[in-house]
Amino acid sequence: MSTLGGAPPTAALDGAGVREKGAGRRAKAAGRPARAMAWLRRNLVMIVALLVLVYLFVPIGYTIAFSFNNAGRSNLVWQGFTTKNWTNPCGAPEVCSALVNSLKIGLLATIAATVLGTMVAFALARHRFRGRSATNLLIFLPMATPEVVLGAALLSLFLNVGLEPGFWTIVIAHIMFCVSFVVVTVKARLAGLDPRIEQAAMDLYADEWQTFRRVTLPLAAPGIVAAALLSFALSFDDFIITNFNSGNVTTFPKFVYVSAARGIPAQANVVATTMFVAALLVVLTGQLLSRRRRA
Amino acid sequence: MSVTAVAAGTRAAAGAEGAPEEVRRGRRSTPYLLLLPGMAWLVLFFAVPVFALASLSLQTRVPGAEIGVYTQTFRWANYSDALTEYAPQFIRSFLYAGLATVLCLAIGYPLAYAIALKAGRWRNLMLIAVIAPFFTSFILRTIAWRQVLADSGPVTSTLHTLHLLPAGTSLTASGTAVVAGLTYNFLPFMVLPLYASLERLDPRLIEAAGDLYATAPVGFRRVTLPLSMPGVVAGTLLTFIPASGDYVNAALLGNPSTQMIGNVVDSRFFRIVDYPTAAALSFVLMAAILLLVTFYIRRAGTEELV
Amino acid sequence: MAGRDLRLDGITKTFGSFTAVDGISLDVPSGSFFALLGPSGCGKTTTLRMVAGLERPTRGRILLGDEDITDARPYRRPVNTVFQSYALFPHLDVFENVAFGLRRRRAGDVRAKVAEALELVELGHLARRKPSQLSGGQQQRVALARAVVNRPDVLLLDEPLGALDLKLRRQMQLELKRIQTEVGITFVHVTHDQEEAMTMADTIAVMNAGRIEQLGSPIDLYESPATAYVANFLGQSNLLPAAVADRSGASVLVDVDGGRIAVPADRCRSAGREVLVGVRPEKVQLERGGTPPAGMNSLSGGLVTDASFTGTSTQYVVQLPSGRQLTAFAQNTGRATVLPVGCSVTVCWEAAHTFGLDGAEDAAAGIETPDGPATAVRSGVPDEPTVADESRAQTTSAGRDGSA
Repeated sequence: MSTLGGAPPTAALDGAGVREKGAGRRAKAAGRPARAMAWLRRNLVMIVALLVLVYLFVPIGYTIAFSFNNAGRSNLVWQGFTTKNWTNPCGAPEVCSALVNSLKIGLLATIAATVLGTMVAFALARHRFRGRSATNLLIFLPMATPEVVLGAALLSLFLNVGLEPGFWTIVIAHIMFCVSFVVVTVKARLAGLDPRIEQAAMDLYADEWQTFRRVTLPLAAPGIVAAALLSFALSFDDFIITNFNSGNVTTFPKFVYVSAARGIPAQANVVATTMFVAALLVVLTGQLLSRRRRA
Repeated sequence: MSVTAVAAGTRAAAGAEGAPEEVRRGRRSTPYLLLLPGMAWLVLFFAVPVFALASLSLQTRVPGAEIGVYTQTFRWANYSDALTEYAPQFIRSFLYAGLATVLCLAIGYPLAYAIALKAGRWRNLMLIAVIAPFFTSFILRTIAWRQVLADSGPVTSTLHTLHLLPAGTSLTASGTAVVAGLTYNFLPFMVLPLYASLERLDPRLIEAAGDLYATAPVGFRRVTLPLSMPGVVAGTLLTFIPASGDYVNAALLGNPSTQMIGNVVDSRFFRIVDYPTAAALSFVLMAAILLLVTFYIRRAGTEELV
Repeated sequence: MAGRDLRLDGITKTFGSFTAVDGISLDVPSGSFFALLGPSGCGKTTTLRMVAGLERPTRGRILLGDEDITDARPYRRPVNTVFQSYALFPHLDVFENVAFGLRRRRAGDVRAKVAEALELVELGHLARRKPSQLSGGQQQRVALARAVVNRPDVLLLDEPLGALDLKLRRQMQLELKRIQTEVGITFVHVTHDQEEAMTMADTIAVMNAGRIEQLGSPIDLYESPATAYVANFLGQSNLLPAAVADRSGASVLVDVDGGRIAVPADRCRSAGREVLVGVRPEKVQLERGGTPPAGMNSLSGGLVTDASFTGTSTQYVVQLPSGRQLTAFAQNTGRATVLPVGCSVTVCWEAAHTFGLDGAEDAAAGIETPDGPATAVRSGVPDEPTVADESRAQTTSAGRDGSA
């Protein structure tokens, strides 16, 4: 971080003792605040980053805190600490039924999207075929289209065909927008695999199927698992597309949105906190596992 | 592709004995079999619905029939009607989304920079912290902001006391709150691509710049920033596109005068049953987004998308 | 446990318009150590991959004994490969890596065979480690054990020592030679390092632009190179263009740089009027003024322009009156003093050490430049293959042929 044009070198060579003494005194007086300024300048980016992280966690802290609120119907004002919401998570009945719906839909959509998406990822990463550009585009567009448009389009289709929006239309919709994310995730993992490893397997008497089963699949597994987790997360938290295509069925996000007007029960906070902790545990476990595998 | 064709041709011409025809054909059809289920799903439930949307946008209400019954009339005027009536909402959507994107960039870039270049062994932990908000319900997060910024809450009262906010004004139910909500909710979408791009930066390039007499700000402007541009572009697109279509933030944090285009589409589908208008509006939104994406593809090619 | 002989018959491989391997034919006797030597892009790795079954030849046949394995899939060939990047399975430990081939073939007694193979490479104590926990040298030995344990007819090695540092490489060269002798399997070793090839191989094939320039034992190739490319690629040579003066006797007499040189007739590969005369630098002696010893070829009027002391020898560059430069290596026997720069010398060597190449040969062929060795331009080969061409072509083909 050198700068041209610092103090002219002749200052040091100047024989005048007064000049040197003055410079020394100035430096000492400027010492502490200058050092503080320097420390600030060096760590400014990190400080800002940490502030942003705090900002990111404010609503989460709020949500977790208010899951312990001794609230009545409306969980808006702090009325005292209690664990009753945690011990009685289904106290507000709609919460649990909405949660169960979300979990069921999430599971179904994840399985289907992971299978479909992994197959596509393999085709893209390992094979040559015609229509590659069109395929890439068709996979990318759902990720790039606003949810409003996706939801409205699917609803138009269902209306045209005469299909009543309900549980299965939600599942169909979720599979649709999850497939793209699965493809991207798995393809990235496959791209990082050395193709020579598969060639080595064939060189060592493993035919195509055995190579896939014993070498490719185990090595691609972390990517597939990550894709499945991402898929579940996207499905569980989806609101807009679900709202357009759910009819009378309530998922957890839809329940929260609808009850925002009259009052969200604290049990919803409990569910959200649980999901947060669960997800955090999954990610941290994944981190630990990969670190141990590498060690 | 051509290499495959020519090589296959050469081999055939040379008359070299190859594997039985069935084996070769089997291998050539594998990719198509793998692609079929996934792509069929996308065609059926993405491409076709988009056409259904287009078709719906050109229909008109059958006079005298019950609500929700339409007939195909190819009424292109649906579009001009929708645009003239809802132009303010469109402009507002892009304005809010644009503001949110700029704010996300301003806030997110230092964070991404810190994680990529300054975090060292805390890097993974910080990344998890960026993604962690995703793990709670998006709706609950937004509502939490409404509570935090409520008139009776600590933030507003402090700002009132410090006279930073004129007494009597509220932070919630305003355009500001909507933009703030959008910024918050889409921040990770900006940070992650930025991080990916900055992480690939070779720190020795910055050292080289310093060795060649560049001060830190100059080094940033002339080396780091240009090299992180792909991340900036990706993050901008990933933030602006969903933000412009969002309506949850506007519904929860705004008021009727802050309606975005998503709110209009939602209300036209479910409250005031007017499918063609809603469809037309959705389509215009999609067309605008597609224009942006096309521009991006021109520069980066399709392989970079997926 | 005698394996079968390997034979390549007119093997050609083209990628589109680019010919990587151009009609290679060779015989590798069972149990020998065979080296394919050449610079990057000469087609040696492609040839190896065709023997392994990872590429399909465009033309030609590959035979093991009497069996034509040209179109057999890799997993049906009794041939195993040690890859340049080792290609160990990261999700399996060392034991399972080595056992992989045995398990796929349902061989019996896996435990004993794996233990024996690991003993051979001296890694028995690391059987349960994962590849990521091993050093480069250890990974390389696991890759070797993984191939050897299957007792293939032919073991292919694709520049396996490339990633190792110098001392380790020397050690491994001797190790490989010892293992090959002990196990008796045919080794086909691909390398660009000519010292490595000469150290380890019984027979070397020098490749250039998809063709074999010369095939023979290391001594034959070194002392009697057939082309300028081989003369320059293996070690160093002094090559001087000369004109034939007299072919009558047991030696061909040629005029070069104002002097008369004798080339033994059986070491002269030129039939015409021009000859490219060659002599290895270590055969060249520098005499300070005066008369050279009798019976030796000599060129007078040389001027030492550079003297580099390398420890084991001093390498001199001598400029002849014509402007041409000769290199001479003087072994550091401790007896002679280093000649100073600017010293006048007479260059001389024993006539029997001279070799003569075809006069049309390009004296610069095979010399390493910063961009890689200069390859001789031959008719029929459209472009010079570059490393990028070959690796791009290999990726293209790998995508087609190597798909799981």
